[in-house]
Amino acid sequence: MGAYVNPIYPYKSSKDWMTTPPQRKPLIVIGAGPVGLAAAIDARLQGLQVLVLDDDKTVSVGSRAVCYAKRSLEILDRLGIADEACNLGVSWNIGRTFLEEDEVYQFNLVPDAGHKRPGMINLQQYHIEEMLIARALELGADIRWQHKVTAVTRHDDHATLTVETPEGTFDIEADWLVVADGARSPIRRHLGLDIEGRVFQDRFLIADVIMKADYPAERWFWFDPPFHPNQSVLLHKQSNNVWRIDFQLGWDADPEEEKKPEKVIPRLQAMLGDDRPFELEWVSIYTFQCRRMTDFRHGRVLFVGDAAHQVSPFGARGANSGFQDVDDLMWKLALVMKGQAPDKLLDTYAHDRQFAADENIMNSTRSTDFITPKSRTSKTFRNAVLALAKQHLFARKLVNSGRLSMPSFLTDSVLNTPDADVFAGQMVPGAPMDDAPVQVDGRDAWLLDQVGQGFQCLLFADAAPDAQALAALQTLQQGAVPVNTLIVSPQALSVPGFSVLVDAQGWMAKRYDAQAGTAYLLRPDQHVVARWRQLQPAAVQAAVARATAQV
Amino acid sequence: MSTSALKTDPNFHEAGRRFFRDFSPGDEFYEHLIEAHNGLSDEQSEALNARLILLLANHIGDLQVLREALQQARTAN
Repeated sequence: MGAYVNPIYPYKSSKDWMTTPPQRKPLIVIGAGPVGLAAAIDARLQGLQVLVLDDDKTVSVGSRAVCYAKRSLEILDRLGIADEACNLGVSWNIGRTFLEEDEVYQFNLVPDAGHKRPGMINLQQYHIEEMLIARALELGADIRWQHKVTAVTRHDDHATLTVETPEGTFDIEADWLVVADGARSPIRRHLGLDIEGRVFQDRFLIADVIMKADYPAERWFWFDPPFHPNQSVLLHKQSNNVWRIDFQLGWDADPEEEKKPEKVIPRLQAMLGDDRPFELEWVSIYTFQCRRMTDFRHGRVLFVGDAAHQVSPFGARGANSGFQDVDDLMWKLALVMKGQAPDKLLDTYAHDRQFAADENIMNSTRSTDFITPKSRTSKTFRNAVLALAKQHLFARKLVNSGRLSMPSFLTDSVLNTPDADVFAGQMVPGAPMDDAPVQVDGRDAWLLDQVGQGFQCLLFADAAPDAQALAALQTLQQGAVPVNTLIVSPQALSVPGFSVLVDAQGWMAKRYDAQAGTAYLLRPDQHVVARWRQLQPAAVQAAVARATAQV
Repeated sequence: MSTSALKTDPNFHEAGRRFFRDFSPGDEFYEHLIEAHNGLSDEQSEALNARLILLLANHIGDLQVLREALQQARTAN
């Protein structure tokens, strides 16, 4: 056992860029945190040149964001680091909630089988960042450490950045600027852009503890435990024998005092209930806000992650929603930068992710109000729910110790083509795709690993399509925005020129309520955007035009 | 509990609305409940709760259900 040592990334000189007039780059990302790095990787996968500027020279100090949800892992699969993250991280699905010493509620994030990824992994943010940095560099992203952006000027068709380095200050221009500089976002402040919401009057202590323990890989949450009366406590297992323990302290707690080891250690000893040895890796006191920017897009400047929106930590909706921002943004930005879609496609990034941010804020605010009641009445109701939960199912469902990050159903997105046909199930236009086990070329595989490269069509069939149908699919392939079709069949088929997903166990047919002939149009970020009972090429073309803001 | 008239399984819903997460309708009710008390003194909240119970009791109407609810509320304490 030993504490984590932060790597130091080498400084790379930008002297060549200290020119008048300034140089112009197609895309700059400010901030090499998880969200900015994901944006850089996605940019490279879309074939875009990208420059990342960060004022620091290392990864996160302390574990910070530790819970990565299933949807994030699916995005990280597309970005190429999910296997590595899952191998090092601790996978879990079960959350238990206790009142005093009794379990009152249990949830399972992924109750049904047939998904590649677990509900959640716990992994320290510094590990995720190291993996993202290695991947971004491997793909050719240019990351410059100790490059602090001190000013941004917006123009109609670019932004000008002033960058401070150990060797001096210079200006550089970007056709497009992605701002991922975190919750305090100096760039957001510098540009005078508003962010509004609610501050919560409570303080929490995070302790990352290195110890040997055999607690299961589950999320444990206590209301009013005997070792920390009248407050809540949260326990998470991280990798390499590190445990995250989160104590609610109340608003009156003195943050400087509570951080001291002589205050923290007795709290931990009371909780662990024995004299096992442990070491403190990181201690932090935090308060939080739930708020978002009014608009995530300001012309050529796009805000992602905590810079754009913040939530309380009960639900792991911070880093996870940041990855989803990137997932939504980057295919749109790539189409616009390549001239394949109009500029207004990027307005739908702001619209869709503001909708998602509102949902995240709503859920995390509800959790916070349950965990930390603001009035006597609110506390009475909370305790009544907990009391009834021992016996009644309905009350268990109301126990809110955090509603963990799940992706939004973008049902309001203007990119969707509304259903004309009748479907059951959840895979409505705007739905994040459900995964399913399939076979490809005789090998076991996962649906989500087959999609997420441009627009794609899933065509369910029980026999090879006839020549006329294949010609229509080829036409779709050759459109200005190409649509590649995957044939989904209950048994192996040979369809030259097309991939066939064998849905032998019928998971896809069930989850997508599909019969032979059913077709789904998919966005590059693995969301359903349109579906039909019969594939008609003209309808698909119209739906693609709509999904790329051409109409 | 097969003879119970009182529903104690999750039952929050709204006609014409679709909830993609099973906890959402209950959480929404709970938010409304807490919001209704916002800014009230403890006495005012108590009075609100009393009025609310009476309104809901009349809506339910079925005395068997109400007797069971009263009993469950009392024993869970």
